[in-house]
Amino acid sequence: MSLVNFTAREITCKIVYYGPGRSGKTTNLQYVYGRVPEARRGRMVSLATQTDRTLFFDFLPLELGSISGFTTKFQLYTVPGQSYYNATRKLVLQGADGVVFVADSQARRFDDNLESLQNLQDNLLAQGVDIRQLPVVFQYNKQDLPRDLILTQEEMDDALNFRAVHSFSADALHGAGVFETLKGVSEQVLKRLAAGAAVA
Amino acid sequence: MTATLNPLYRFDTLVVGAANRLAFTAAKAVAESPGTVYNPLFIYARPGLGKTHLLMGIGHAARAINPRVSVEYLTLDEFVESFHAAIAAGQGEAYRRRFLDVDLLLVDDVQFLTHRREMQAELLRLSDALQTANRQIVLTSDRPPAEIEALDERLVRRFAGGLVIDVSAPDYETRVAILRRKAEERRATFGAGVLEAVASLAIDNVRELLGALNRLVAFQAVSDTPLKPAQARALAGGGDMSKVDAAGKAANDRDGTSEQPASADEFGDFLSEVTATVAQQVDSWRTKVAAAILRWEGEGFRTARLEALLQQEMTTDPERVLRQFETDVQRLQALHTEAAELAPDLAGSTAFRDPDDLDGAVALTQRARQGAHPPPAPSPLWQLDDLIEGEGNRMALEAARTVVGEPATRYNPLVIVGASGVGKTHLLHALGNALAPRVKGPVACLSAHEFTAELIEAIDRGTVGAWRARYRRAAAFLLDDFQLVAETDRTQDELFVLFNFLMESGRQMIFTSSAPLSELAGVEARLRTRLEGGLVVDLPAPEREMRQLVLERLLQARSGTPDAELVGYLGSRPADSIRAVHSLLQRVLNAAESQGVAPTAAVAREILEGSAPKPSRRPVLARSSGVIAPAGGAKSREKIVWEWPDIGDRIVEEWR
Repeated sequence: MSLVNFTAREITCKIVYYGPGRSGKTTNLQYVYGRVPEARRGRMVSLATQTDRTLFFDFLPLELGSISGFTTKFQLYTVPGQSYYNATRKLVLQGADGVVFVADSQARRFDDNLESLQNLQDNLLAQGVDIRQLPVVFQYNKQDLPRDLILTQEEMDDALNFRAVHSFSADALHGAGVFETLKGVSEQVLKRLAAGAAVA
Repeated sequence: MTATLNPLYRFDTLVVGAANRLAFTAAKAVAESPGTVYNPLFIYARPGLGKTHLLMGIGHAARAINPRVSVEYLTLDEFVESFHAAIAAGQGEAYRRRFLDVDLLLVDDVQFLTHRREMQAELLRLSDALQTANRQIVLTSDRPPAEIEALDERLVRRFAGGLVIDVSAPDYETRVAILRRKAEERRATFGAGVLEAVASLAIDNVRELLGALNRLVAFQAVSDTPLKPAQARALAGGGDMSKVDAAGKAANDRDGTSEQPASADEFGDFLSEVTATVAQQVDSWRTKVAAAILRWEGEGFRTARLEALLQQEMTTDPERVLRQFETDVQRLQALHTEAAELAPDLAGSTAFRDPDDLDGAVALTQRARQGAHPPPAPSPLWQLDDLIEGEGNRMALEAARTVVGEPATRYNPLVIVGASGVGKTHLLHALGNALAPRVKGPVACLSAHEFTAELIEAIDRGTVGAWRARYRRAAAFLLDDFQLVAETDRTQDELFVLFNFLMESGRQMIFTSSAPLSELAGVEARLRTRLEGGLVVDLPAPEREMRQLVLERLLQARSGTPDAELVGYLGSRPADSIRAVHSLLQRVLNAAESQGVAPTAAVAREILEGSAPKPSRRPVLARSSGVIAPAGGAKSREKIVWEWPDIGDRIVEEWR
């Protein structure tokens, strides 16, 4: 999928929220959905299990309207975090323009975060995408939990963010850090437009 | 009465962006040479876009370049008021005269001329008088001259006759640059993204932008926490403090420090940020192209090709188009320079302004090339290899060879000093011939006498420009008998200018002089010192060995094998120049021929020592160059005594 279509004058950004199960990816999307004026948002598609876990994926289209003469659309996806849905994750990850890695700040989920990050890297590699070339930001969710249960942003950075990309602490349930994360990844994705325009 | 220039409104404090680059360039040009380029210069822009800044910047810059320039800045209102006061005091004429002595008149806000017929007439008179005296007038207005209501048509035409230029609103990048510059001036530091957030607001008036910055500075001064972009935007957008607090709180909340949900328009924020990023990224090529259009248009080139590109929905490869355009413009500039040198009337021709019509420009240059008259070339008779090297001239020849090996790098200019007849002209022309294949372009080689004569003729015909161009094209400039420029004012002026031009363009220059430079009277010091700045070498009188070598070669050329005895005898005779050696030999040969004997040492001795030369031989004697020397050597009559007074006259002379 081309990011910028000069013929149709359209910009489409596909942003995938990745991370271990129950880290708050869908919550992020729900918060964004709640903040978007009706006219701008498409229907949020959520395929959830009975226990409210994402079964397939969430999809939130955002119509940002005409920007510099380009019809600009954002598509936000989440992947199912549970390890046995890897085929789905691969599918959703295809053609992603940017990835938000939503990590669970709880100390006990430390290994899950690492495993999921490793999985992201593997899946991207399988599609011929080098994670170093793709806009990725980290979101350390659940920072609102009691201090003794969670790792601080610095500790999370030490553990996961060894490439020193942008990272945000968040409380997705209440919305703190959600839009910052989205802005962070959007900015990086859009900054690649100039480079992309040359090949489009 | 007259406002002084605000010391802060200088060119270096002006943020230059695409919107004001053209006006800035014009203002700078005017400040650098008032009264010569764009006169009058008329700058118009909506309020708050830096007209006054530009206007005062011209004043400051002009004064910095030349402190003696008299600069007068005043607003139209002041102009009107002081005029009325002067009229009331019966000082109208004195008032008018006062402005006539101004080198640079800066008038702000001339849009207030509307419906003021008498002031319009006054300004018309003033601008005519100033223009006639080559004094600069710069005016600003909030609208173009044609839109100033009830403005005298003659004034509109006067303004249009100079340069009318507008300043548009600054773009996003310029706004950021302005905010950064001003924040720095105020020693205020802001967090990342704060100034950018303010710049992304639709404030296109610089004054309002600075007002917004003032609010930020003031708010930050009383606030404990650093300002966040969202707060800054609310604040700069004229929001009240409660709204700002809310935005601040929202920002704080999002840091994860509060349980409270954010209440601000997060999506709006997100959208405006995305918009700014997209505008920067997607339309960066448009900005680039537009900037290129402004730039090249400002330099007078047609930009139809780029404008067509802007009209396009799709970008093919803007970089490539821009590169190609630039290459074409550079080619046009090169052609223009060449054509203007060849034919000065082509300077500034519009044929060199359209990158889409390169062929036309090439054809025009070609025609100029064909019509151009090359400067005089060195005589092909004289070659460097023909020169006889001896002890005395070794240094001069060594310098000559170096010059040929590395033209215009080692010794520039090379000045050869030597008495008359020692072979300076020979060496000079030989150098010219040796240089010709090594430099790109014609080698000019002539005597100062010819140089002056050509200049006089050019002045007479009114073709001085073409004459100058002819020598400026020279890849090397060789001037014989430099001492002859003494007492010629205009020749020295021209030579001085030519010297500087050729020196700057890295062309080799060689001069010869019959007297040491320091002894030349009537040569301006500026010219003399420039020559002395190169390498001055002496070409001394030929020593005996040298004289013999010369004689040998001359006799060889005449009769095959030279008579060694004759060569030895003639070589031992005193002669202070090669020319004198020639003349000596010529005398002997002529005498021998007239006596019908072969020229031997004995015959020569008899001729030279036995009896005084017959009167009929006098002209031969006097022509020091003789017949063997190629033509073109000594052309100046000053060098040679043609008529000696009779002995009787000389005695009378003594008695007196």
